[in-house]
Amino acid sequence: MRNKKIVEVGVGFFMIVGLIAFALLALQVSGLTHITPQKTYELTAQFGDIGSLKRRAAVAVAGVQIGQVKAITLNKEYYTAIVTMEIDANINNLPIDSAASIKTRGILGDNYISIALGFDDAFLRDGDEIEETYQALILEDLIGQFVAGQISKTGGE
Amino acid sequence: MIRSLQRFGHAGLSVCAKFGWAGLFLVSALVGRPNVVLGFKLLVKQLYSVGVFSLIIIVVSGLFIGMVLGLQGYSILVDFGAESALGTMVSLTLLRELGPVVAALLFAGRAGSALTAEIGLMKATEQLSSLEMMGVDPLRRIIAPRFWAGQISLPILAIIFSVVAIYGSYMVGVQWLGVSEGAFWGNMRAAVDFREDTLNGIIKSVVFGAVITWIAVYQGYVAEPTSEGIGRATTRTVVHSSLAILGLDFLLTAVMFGEV
Repeated sequence: MRNKKIVEVGVGFFMIVGLIAFALLALQVSGLTHITPQKTYELTAQFGDIGSLKRRAAVAVAGVQIGQVKAITLNKEYYTAIVTMEIDANINNLPIDSAASIKTRGILGDNYISIALGFDDAFLRDGDEIEETYQALILEDLIGQFVAGQISKTGGE
Repeated sequence: MIRSLQRFGHAGLSVCAKFGWAGLFLVSALVGRPNVVLGFKLLVKQLYSVGVFSLIIIVVSGLFIGMVLGLQGYSILVDFGAESALGTMVSLTLLRELGPVVAALLFAGRAGSALTAEIGLMKATEQLSSLEMMGVDPLRRIIAPRFWAGQISLPILAIIFSVVAIYGSYMVGVQWLGVSEGAFWGNMRAAVDFREDTLNGIIKSVVFGAVITWIAVYQGYVAEPTSEGIGRATTRTVVHSSLAILGLDFLLTAVMFGEV
């Protein structure tokens, strides 16, 4: 009888340690705050060049994440990238003349989309397109231009 | 010439037959009307001997592996001034690969071999045949609870392993070597995805749990009923399950993380 109790207490302890560890993995390590999908709405934007933007990249206003990139497709007519974004449904007051630009976190960091707010009284709704966009700044191109500029400068003298 | 071809064919056929036998063995142990009350009691007892007794080795090795990862990761990353990525590196390594695989290897050595030896000895002392004489199906009474216990225990042990190892590397990286605490946890949280990393790691350990306990109970059941035969069966359990874990790990990784 006593032996049986030890067995059951041991197994109970084992199970509880496992559950605590799972909760730690989910909350502390994965940073999971919501398991159920949140309500979101979709916006699209077309960019001339998205650099290395990927699916699930952040969409931020003033540096605060408000959504993520859902899909990236190519516009076959104009050869621009169509980026579909999922925005948190609570953030429903983005002015219709807002601008989206692709930025980089730090020098080597990931690309993300930063939304600069406009001044219009009308707000973006589900399925709307952000008209004004600024494409990604590609560091290699900048360096290339800079080097080319230096060469032409010294060549001119 | 024909002889060697025949021998080759015979070997292939007998491997297939063994796999078939082992599959049938597992199915006949698990399928059928479950006896809920008795089954639960037996399961708890097996969970104790399979899971709880493996806890110590999992926790201790998790702690040390985490500490070593923290130390090595720091000394590599600090050259690039990227020691703030230590948390990301350690947690992704552990959740995706090291946690499930090392926990499974330890589990095969600690619990798998014990299962084989126990069942093999039951066979050698004719306890299995006496059960059959009494009209109790040894597959259902002996094999099934052990299989389920291993299947349930390994994912839990792998989760505990990962958590302990992450805290081990936190101890070394943050408390000892002075990586910023905010960067350690913050970068980890930003990089680890619950579905893609954590859940995929758990799926891996579920697969490993099934494979290890399957091999262990099968080897015990078909062991030669002599002391030498039991020894050989125990060795086979550890070798076969370690190879199966490493091979399956590659396959699962290719399926889960192969496409970028």
